[in-house]
Amino acid sequence: MLVSLYRYNPETDSAPYMQDVDVELPAGKDLMVLDVLNLIKEKDESMAYRRSCREGVCGSDGMNMNGKNGLACITPMSQVVKNDKLVLRPLPGLPVIRDLVVDMSLFYKQYEKVMPYLVNDQPAPAMERLQSPEDREKLDGLYECILCACCSTACPSFWWNPDKFIGPAGLLQAYRFLADSRDTAQAERLADLDDPFSVFRCRGIMNCVSVCPKGLNPTKAIGHIRNLLLHRAT
Amino acid sequence: MGMNSVTNIGRNGIQDWIIQRVSAYVLAFYTVFLLGFFITTDVDYQSWSALFNQVWFKIFTLLALLSIGAHAWVGLWTVSTDYIKSAMQRFLFQAAFMLVIFVYVVWGIQIIWGL
Repeated sequence: MLVSLYRYNPETDSAPYMQDVDVELPAGKDLMVLDVLNLIKEKDESMAYRRSCREGVCGSDGMNMNGKNGLACITPMSQVVKNDKLVLRPLPGLPVIRDLVVDMSLFYKQYEKVMPYLVNDQPAPAMERLQSPEDREKLDGLYECILCACCSTACPSFWWNPDKFIGPAGLLQAYRFLADSRDTAQAERLADLDDPFSVFRCRGIMNCVSVCPKGLNPTKAIGHIRNLLLHRAT
Repeated sequence: MGMNSVTNIGRNGIQDWIIQRVSAYVLAFYTVFLLGFFITTDVDYQSWSALFNQVWFKIFTLLALLSIGAHAWVGLWTVSTDYIKSAMQRFLFQAAFMLVIFVYVVWGIQIIWGL
């Protein structure tokens, strides 16, 4: 199996390049892309990539596999390999630190902007802040995000304006707290999203939806935010 | 945290967004109406000038003209902020298309109302 790898070591390389590696895959097994990377690293330990839980929970090994972002650990080779070839590149649009490792600072900065925590200035009840099952249900499809950055780095609006457009991952989290019945900062949160860039650079092309390894729908969440802004403004 | 610009047509993102959507509906209605007119009417100078002599159609046309101006403003402003990274070049581009839109709207008003 031919695997083409994006290689870049800023200490020795003047520019990134693609390296073709021939990997012998064990017969009769459908390996995950991460397993194949591990096989490559056994031969060449200079190959750099992030990984941790190897089961799609930690969100470390987001990368671009044959042109589509996803988590290497839960992407089977049978699903991604075309014409007997696999091309692995770092997540697009973010600065490359080395090989498949990208600098996620901008991504986290946008995440930070949406205040991804519960704000409630009322005195806490003795036991806990209760939610009705219906209110709790509103958070389904929002809280599951693992911040792997597959969606935001698949979004052209985020590529063009990563400093001003919050991006699908951040906006999904923004709505996760806007929709929380226990949060008391909705007005403040909306006021921070009202400019022409933060939310409105979304053109609804739904790349985020098509790549999300957890099957979430940031475009839908962005639509909900737009509706909240509309209600606030009219 | 949110940043607003002074060269977009609305005061904020939601206003630009509403202007873009509403103007799109107006333009869609206008286009469908004109298509219907072309299909159902034998178009010659008589019928064309009769259509434009009605006040309601002049208003409808003016609304469509203002809509296309606003729609183009929002759209081109967005494109310019996406692709033109130099502030000076961006401002010149925006000033140029705003001037063109302004000229077209004024000229259009003159034509519609026969001033």
